[in-house]
Amino acid sequence: MSDNLTLPAQQGPVDTSRETLLEVKGLTKHFPIYGGFPIKRKVGAVQAVDGVDLTVGVGESVGVVGESGCGKSTTGRLITRLLEPTGGSITYAGQDITHASRKQLAPVRSEIQMIFQDPYSSLNPRQTVGTIIKSPMEVNGIEPEGGREKKVRELLELVGLNPEHYNRFPHEFSGGQRQRIGVARALALNPKLIVADEPVSALDVSIQAQVVNLLQKVQQELGIAFVFIAHDLAIVRHFSQRVAVMYLGKVVEVGDRDSIYNRPRHPYTHALLSAVPEVTVESDANAKERIRLYGDVPSPISPPSGCRFRTRCWKAQDKCATEEPPLVQLSGNRDGHLTACHFPEDPTTEARAEDVVLDPALKALEEDAETGPVTKD
Amino acid sequence: MTTLTKESGAPSSADAGAFLSVRDLRVQFKTEDGIVKAVDGLSFDLERGKTLGIVGESGSGKSVTNLTILGLHNQQFATIDGEILLEGQELVTARENELEKLRGNKMAMIFQDPLTALSPYYTVGRQLSEPYMKHTGASKKEARDRAVQMLEKVGIPQPKVRFDDYPHQFSGGMRQRAMIAMALMCDPDLLIADEPTTALDVTVQAQILDLLKDLQQEFGSAIIFITHDLGVISQMADDLLVMYAGRAVERGSVKEVLGDPRHPYTWGLLSSMPRLDSDIQQALTPIPGSPPSLLNPPSGCPFNPRCAFKSEVPGTLCTDARPPLADGRAAACHLTAEQKQTIFIDKIQPRLR
Repeated sequence: MSDNLTLPAQQGPVDTSRETLLEVKGLTKHFPIYGGFPIKRKVGAVQAVDGVDLTVGVGESVGVVGESGCGKSTTGRLITRLLEPTGGSITYAGQDITHASRKQLAPVRSEIQMIFQDPYSSLNPRQTVGTIIKSPMEVNGIEPEGGREKKVRELLELVGLNPEHYNRFPHEFSGGQRQRIGVARALALNPKLIVADEPVSALDVSIQAQVVNLLQKVQQELGIAFVFIAHDLAIVRHFSQRVAVMYLGKVVEVGDRDSIYNRPRHPYTHALLSAVPEVTVESDANAKERIRLYGDVPSPISPPSGCRFRTRCWKAQDKCATEEPPLVQLSGNRDGHLTACHFPEDPTTEARAEDVVLDPALKALEEDAETGPVTKD
Repeated sequence: MTTLTKESGAPSSADAGAFLSVRDLRVQFKTEDGIVKAVDGLSFDLERGKTLGIVGESGSGKSVTNLTILGLHNQQFATIDGEILLEGQELVTARENELEKLRGNKMAMIFQDPLTALSPYYTVGRQLSEPYMKHTGASKKEARDRAVQMLEKVGIPQPKVRFDDYPHQFSGGMRQRAMIAMALMCDPDLLIADEPTTALDVTVQAQILDLLKDLQQEFGSAIIFITHDLGVISQMADDLLVMYAGRAVERGSVKEVLGDPRHPYTWGLLSSMPRLDSDIQQALTPIPGSPPSLLNPPSGCPFNPRCAFKSEVPGTLCTDARPPLADGRAAACHLTAEQKQTIFIDKIQPRLR
């Protein structure tokens, strides 16, 4: 398999002309677990994020997908420095901000903003919309031309809200409108990078598109770079030029949109893509491969040795348990398409000769159905 | 002998063929702010062994409908009108003890969030065997055997050991499997699944959906599958009911509704969500506005404030008259059939590429 491995990790997207805005290397966050009596000691750690490498170019939108507990939200919070990293480095515009102090961070904070998942709990119910959007400017001592209130009204208009809503409270708005307020707040400081943590998953289907379109407009018109964290693969594909797939605190595959969605190499990416329920209007649409994993994501307290996906992988061998696969560019992959796997899959998502079904119950039921169809009256 | 009327296209309004038949169901709640019309004149039929999908946004009345079928509303606060016939038995006016005999036995439910639906105080095994003992009069030993067998069927490893575990010892996906096992304990004829996979991850969701499909083939239950995810519904259901503001706005087979949708709301839903194979350059077309308040729904067609094609209908028909939903394949919209056809082909289909 060694011939598959070529160069070590090559950083940078396909579009190499793009300047790097944010570079994350070996980012690690372990949340300690305390236990014991009478003296509480550290008895373990939740390895939420364990060695994540990621680059974001100026004005680029990078998607981060994965299942719950894979560390995608923690990564977002580390990038915004809402959490203190355990290890690794975060470089923003050439400046190392990994362990920067409050003071050192102050100028950077205004350039990295965040949009939160839940528009209900991320807005202070006792402040008016005007105050909510204005306060980042107050905190950072920014006095825009024409005054803060004028700027807030402009922002409200930009995100599709009525500027007259300036004095209203969050509870007077619907979920989609509240998320727009969150977007306006993030834009108040003219940021260069916005970390959007599941910005649409709390919204109704018909409202999601409104917010996605708004974010896209903001990204294209203002040239803001995005780290777009979501579990919905279709929305990430729609929004992001580059996508990183995370599993149990690690990036298992990263690459441009086309590579990840049409030429994935990592088995987990294959499984994830095949699990997305799709509206199939016509049954003749080119059949997708069918992979059904078994069970849930293991606990990040004691993740599997070697490759973390091996416990649910159909290609796992002894090597996977002992040796952790590096995130490298496999032969045949485009520049910037990196995969961490010893035994990568073929770069296609078309149907296989035989479905991969790892779930024993499902397997048994399907075999029953094939061999002896039990007809029920 | 008897004439077989299985595929008659339109579900006959006579309740002879249908296994479950809901006619003009109305559920209203009295609140401080006024009367909430959660379900407003809903009718549908479900045949044995088939799956009916109900899609709609939050607050469209899909969950309320199904709690009504199970008779889980408190009559003190909810006013329920209409008919629900399960194999000819009227459920709306049924007494509590009659419903008790049906619940968990002939009809069962899979809830959205298995952590809150399972009691944290009892072992999973006990929660599984209790309804079985109650409904079939089986002994504790028999119920245990049955429960272990069901747990094994839904893919819980070491079912004999896990029988004595508490719900918190199960992972999210396993809890949902245990819920399915619980619902299937008494071999129900009707299974109501209310967003059974919304709380789960995609890879686990795919396992659970396939499992449900395979189990349905084996047990032959009819399923009402509620979700807001059109992708999930297209994998699971035979027939589809699109609900909006407590009413059904479109009905038909899944292929018909998703392949040739005829209601502006369904068009909106389809063109507002990206797909894995859609054109990236194609911008999403959201439905403007937000879902209406059920306290004070818009007059006429409830979708009219958000509808992009209101101007195509002559006069003020949309705001004055509520469009009826005919039997069979139908959409509750004032647009004529030709108009719908041309709008769909000219304006909607290109967006779905």
